[in-house]
Amino acid sequence: MTLTLNAPRIVETRPLLEVHGVSKSYGSVQAVRNVSAHAYPGEVLGIVGESGSGKSTLLRMMNLEEIPEAGSYTLDLPDVSGNLFELDRFARRMLCATKIGIVYQNPHLGLLMKHSSSGNVAERLLVAGERSFATLRQAATEALDASEFPLDRLDAPPIELSGGMQQRVQLAKAIALEPALLLLDEPTTGLDVSVQALVLDTLKRLQQDRQITMVIVSHDLGVIRTLADRVMVMRRGAVVETGLADQIFQDPQHPYTQQLVHAKL
Amino acid sequence: MTQVLEIDGLTKGFSLHHLEKDIAAFKDISFSVAAGEFVLLKGANGAGKSTLLRTLYRSYLPLAGEIRFHSSHGLIDLARAADVDVAHLRRTEISFVTQFLTARPRVSAEAIVTEPLRLAGWDPAAALDAARTALERFGVKPDLWAAYPTTFSGGEQQKVNLARALILPQKLLMLDEPTASLDANARAALVARLQELKDQGTAMIGVFHHPDDVLHLIDRIVDLTPEYTQTGGRDDVVL
Amino acid sequence: MSLSTLTKPWEAMSYGFLDGSAKRELRRKMLKSVAVPGCQMPYASREVPMARGWGTGGLQVSLTLVNPQTRVKVIDQGADDSVNAASIRRFIARVAGTPTTMDTLEADLIQSRHRIPEEVLREDQVLVLQVPNPEPLRPVQPNMSIARQMHADADYGRMWLQLYEQIVRSGRVMQGASYPSLVHGRHVMTPSPIPRWDVPKLHMAEHLTILSAGREKRIFAVPPYTRVEPLVFSDVPYKVEEHGHLTCTRSGTKGFFMNEVPQDDGSSAFEVSDSEWGVKTIRARDGIGESRGETWYKDGEMPQ
Repeated sequence: MTLTLNAPRIVETRPLLEVHGVSKSYGSVQAVRNVSAHAYPGEVLGIVGESGSGKSTLLRMMNLEEIPEAGSYTLDLPDVSGNLFELDRFARRMLCATKIGIVYQNPHLGLLMKHSSSGNVAERLLVAGERSFATLRQAATEALDASEFPLDRLDAPPIELSGGMQQRVQLAKAIALEPALLLLDEPTTGLDVSVQALVLDTLKRLQQDRQITMVIVSHDLGVIRTLADRVMVMRRGAVVETGLADQIFQDPQHPYTQQLVHAKL
Repeated sequence: MTQVLEIDGLTKGFSLHHLEKDIAAFKDISFSVAAGEFVLLKGANGAGKSTLLRTLYRSYLPLAGEIRFHSSHGLIDLARAADVDVAHLRRTEISFVTQFLTARPRVSAEAIVTEPLRLAGWDPAAALDAARTALERFGVKPDLWAAYPTTFSGGEQQKVNLARALILPQKLLMLDEPTASLDANARAALVARLQELKDQGTAMIGVFHHPDDVLHLIDRIVDLTPEYTQTGGRDDVVL
Repeated sequence: MSLSTLTKPWEAMSYGFLDGSAKRELRRKMLKSVAVPGCQMPYASREVPMARGWGTGGLQVSLTLVNPQTRVKVIDQGADDSVNAASIRRFIARVAGTPTTMDTLEADLIQSRHRIPEEVLREDQVLVLQVPNPEPLRPVQPNMSIARQMHADADYGRMWLQLYEQIVRSGRVMQGASYPSLVHGRHVMTPSPIPRWDVPKLHMAEHLTILSAGREKRIFAVPPYTRVEPLVFSDVPYKVEEHGHLTCTRSGTKGFFMNEVPQDDGSSAFEVSDSEWGVKTIRARDGIGESRGETWYKDGEMPQ
């Protein structure tokens, strides 16, 4: 039995992201049940859980790719208001293009594999209405540079690149429009350990330089430990525990979290 | 004396669900720390010294009691404070110095030391200057400043760690055996820096293997040995 | 009153070959496509005695629009006298009893494949373009359901991306014919495989253009005085084919779109693509009479 925590008293800013009471089922499988989450500006929220815990579904909802049966989603940004799940397709697309960036585990989901890497990044700006070739080129180069992508491969198609490089292209695309929210779905899963460390380092740097609010989903506790300020543990579509990252790892409360933390190599 | 921290009836234990076992760490601890005061935690191994520090820092969740912290935003109970508030206080008012540096790949020593200043909104050039001064003080050689501490020895890493943790004067500073792998010069630099911070009004709670390192800084001792939790003066440190 | 006064005498086919309901559907779809410029309207493309892909879409529109007074001109790649153009022209004349012409200025309805005539079209003329592939998004989005959603959302980022890729890879926009163009600031269309040279002729044109794809069953239109803007980057100007300085070896006319004729010695000769323009130029040169109208391009340049 631990103490119940109070509402914030010192931090007066509203959370940038607030998801409240979302539920989603696929047929008879309830993927997400009554989940609420929030992230403050500049904060990194980590979501851990095993496959099928509903963490990726939750992230896709935050990217408005999935609309839940119940619940609300708000982003505290200028010119954004109301429950975002109620936006029409057009408004949703513009919002996602300009305010939210996402990096998928599988680069095929986020990238046009046969287009140039710079073109993949430029597409974001094209969707937002940029029509100057020089500006597109410049912005794409800068975003790729910020993602520590080697600029001599600017126009190489992702299909010719290594997994780590593909993730950097995805990252550059995600940050090209300086989104307020960056969503990361298992961004380093499947990469070699050394490459994984470099991608994580890039993410960390980016977070420190730009103070982007991030939500990162992973089953890899090491990834979450490296990046997250706060951690939410999910199991079978529900949240079992949330807390400061160091607290979750050093003093996990829920039996499932303890099992998860102790199972880590 | 201005109180900084008032600990009241603090209790911590761990429930190990897979063993179906509850382990008590410490029970019903009460003491307070004032501004500019240095409190040494004493007790046998396993008495819960480090656990107490971590509980105060909220890496551990207490089971009962209050940790009243006089923050610049007013009185707040750290035992029940919201996660964001704790995170905010950690950035601005509460510091925790551990025995180890959590070095990240490809981040230079000076960049690591600069971080707390950058988070506090310092200008990059001024922050870098301050960071270099701090590194020099702890005896890190200038040619290592731009190097990555991941490859440093334990002692050198700890110097970087201390330079980082002590660069910004905070209201409350917790020290968990910071002298563990330090050479004599660095230890002297640490004591000097702690004295400086103490004079500026930082309240400190420390766990030291060899309390004689910091002997003249100690104002009070809190003994966590279960039979008697009491506080005494500097003279009690008889080794 | 007898049965014979109430009914028409037996005929081998309806006027203009297509039956009444087919023409009615086409008329409705044409009205719709005029109402929403550049937006593709689906229609039930009927069988005509010609293979799909040979201009059946254009032919159905022509057959619906003509009456016995409509003067019809048919061109294929600029030429009135190619087999395909001649066959279609003869077919329309035969089933609808229309007069035919090769003179752009005399024509009421011009059915064309791959070209817009060099002489300026008027408000009282209709241009029917045959379209093999009406979907400009097909190269970037093979799924037609998604492509339709993209049109609905004016989600054309991928089209621009295609241009970006061409400039990155080749240093310039490689798109030759069918240059994607934004109609009335809303829908991107493919203007059928006309060369880049012809696209500016559609912009704020006086005439109505109807584009019809028989095999793909889609019809769309550029109404008179409608903006047609090729997709270009603000800092990479639209370029037409560099034909402005070429001279036709047969007629001597200069400053129009040319066909390249490879020569035995490896060089190239050029002849004007709009065959009737060439004929008119030769007639004027030989003193038979001046019949040339105003042209869109002047001295090889399109006036802004």
